[in-house]
Amino acid sequence: MEQQNIYQPYLMEIEKITEEAPMVKTFRLKFTNEEEGNNFSFRTGQFGEYSVFGEGEVTFCVASPHTRKGYIECTFREAGRVTTELASLNEGDTIGFRGPYGNIFPIDDWKGKNLLFIAGGIALPPMRSVIWSCLDQRDQFKDISILYGARSVADLVYKQELEEWKERPDVNLVTTVDPGGETPTWKGDVGFVPTILDRMKPVSENTIAIVCGPPVMIKFTFPVLEKYGFSDDQVFTTLENRMKCGLGKCGRCNVGKVFVCKDGPVFSRTQLKDLPDEY
Amino acid sequence: MEKELKILKYSDLSKLIERFHAKGFPVLAPVRKGKVVEIELVESLGDIALDVLLSTQSAKKTAFPKVEKVLKYTLAKSGVTQHPVDPDTARETILFGVRPCDASGFKSLDAIFGEAPGDQFYLKKKEKTAIISFSCPEADEYCFCTSVGGGPGNTAGSDLQFTGIGKDEIFVEILTEKGKQIAAIFADLLSDSPAGIDKTKFLADVKVVFDSDKVVENTSASFNNAALWLEQSLRCIGCGACAFVCPTCACFDFQDEQNTKQGVRLRLWDSCGFSLFTLHTSGHNPREVQSQRWRQRIMHKFSYMPQQLHVVGCEGCGRCSRACPVDMNIKEHLTAIAQVG
Repeated sequence: MEQQNIYQPYLMEIEKITEEAPMVKTFRLKFTNEEEGNNFSFRTGQFGEYSVFGEGEVTFCVASPHTRKGYIECTFREAGRVTTELASLNEGDTIGFRGPYGNIFPIDDWKGKNLLFIAGGIALPPMRSVIWSCLDQRDQFKDISILYGARSVADLVYKQELEEWKERPDVNLVTTVDPGGETPTWKGDVGFVPTILDRMKPVSENTIAIVCGPPVMIKFTFPVLEKYGFSDDQVFTTLENRMKCGLGKCGRCNVGKVFVCKDGPVFSRTQLKDLPDEY
Repeated sequence: MEKELKILKYSDLSKLIERFHAKGFPVLAPVRKGKVVEIELVESLGDIALDVLLSTQSAKKTAFPKVEKVLKYTLAKSGVTQHPVDPDTARETILFGVRPCDASGFKSLDAIFGEAPGDQFYLKKKEKTAIISFSCPEADEYCFCTSVGGGPGNTAGSDLQFTGIGKDEIFVEILTEKGKQIAAIFADLLSDSPAGIDKTKFLADVKVVFDSDKVVENTSASFNNAALWLEQSLRCIGCGACAFVCPTCACFDFQDEQNTKQGVRLRLWDSCGFSLFTLHTSGHNPREVQSQRWRQRIMHKFSYMPQQLHVVGCEGCGRCSRACPVDMNIKEHLTAIAQVG
């Protein structure tokens, strides 16, 4: 049947809250209506609108992988009105979720290739969904490398998973913090993401690079990838513009002839070059 | 369907309103409210301002109200309960006496809200609205419908169109199946139209001032022409009045309203002209200055919508220019864009 009210969210119970970093939390959410949960599916790269009833909605990617069923996770920084309210909630509280919306990371096309994930700061959550979706079918991919940078050691999110990836022989993890952000016991790199990437001398042959981070990081990372021979079709990112409806109607995330919500949020660099600079 | 042509007497017009009411159809029509003309429910023909050029706001609120509840919920210690909001509560309604540009303006909204997944809040209301437009015997200096493919007697989007011909006669065009059903309510008041009536003789003369295709072509090529957008928008104060009176602007916002026990989520009109429209929580704003926001308004209507939805998002009604507090004139700006390069 045609959906009557496309703006009505699912009700979700906050099953588990993890403090990731100062002001950053991960919520594990499960559907309060079991049947809705069973019928729900998404693919990595998609996002949703999360409601705090009485405050409004906020847009995040789904940070958990599509290979794990029964729950979804989102990771957010307490920054605006809705995220501040969201952060004040407790386990067992109810929020709303509309989604999944948008397109996906084409990971099926990447089978048999090397993957290079490059993330900065709070942009690891969208990437974490892809990383686990690939690691959960590890034999489908060749080398998997992850370069993750944050402002300071405290700002690194998913610290436990970083440890896990570091231990895995089939993952090459490089973590870095901005100069001045290190602690005496920090064992990772110190330097900005583009600098560390240059030092890693990434091999472009048969490799897909997935880049996500603040605009300034992306701006300086693309030239490094170009230097090592990555073509525009080998580079993917996910955009985040302000959104309300998530369905290509409210007009907010319009960039050129695309809506980030409907035609994205995942874009190859080839597609990105076709867009005006309004994101 | 093949359109049917009839004649109705002016003196019978009041009977139409009476019969619509007798059938249980509410009638929405332009009504004078002090200095403005609103589209409102009317009781009788006497309420209707049939002589005005255009209502102050467009007719879009018939199907896309300024404020609309999309969600209702109660908040309790035990959790949140949602109470379904049915998008399909509107009654069959007659939108009477609007102009052709209002009727055809719905095609942009149909495209936006109709694209999957369809927005039933809009679609159901639109589906239940029959449009009886009145062609334009007059136009003013802000009108430019003929430059964007419309005209004072354009029938696109109307179910019926009335054109005054002579002292006591209305030329009636029955344009759609819905129009036919409505016309059946007053079939006994209609007589067959004599052959060869040329309604254009009774219409305003709206000169074509620019080539719409050229505007579409030049807009698409002018994104980086910063000087053009800056020059046109220098005096724009970003008030958004243009979007609120526009028959095709569909951008919206959601806001929650609540007390301690219950709340609603409202969908409200919004405008790409507002500086907050695209502002990220981080402080980053993809459209930081007013010239970028003006460019968005023009590009969306004349480049993005034609590419995405195969429709130009402008009807040439000129309301935005009439409403603009700093006298920006879209007809002049579009003419200038048509002449670029």
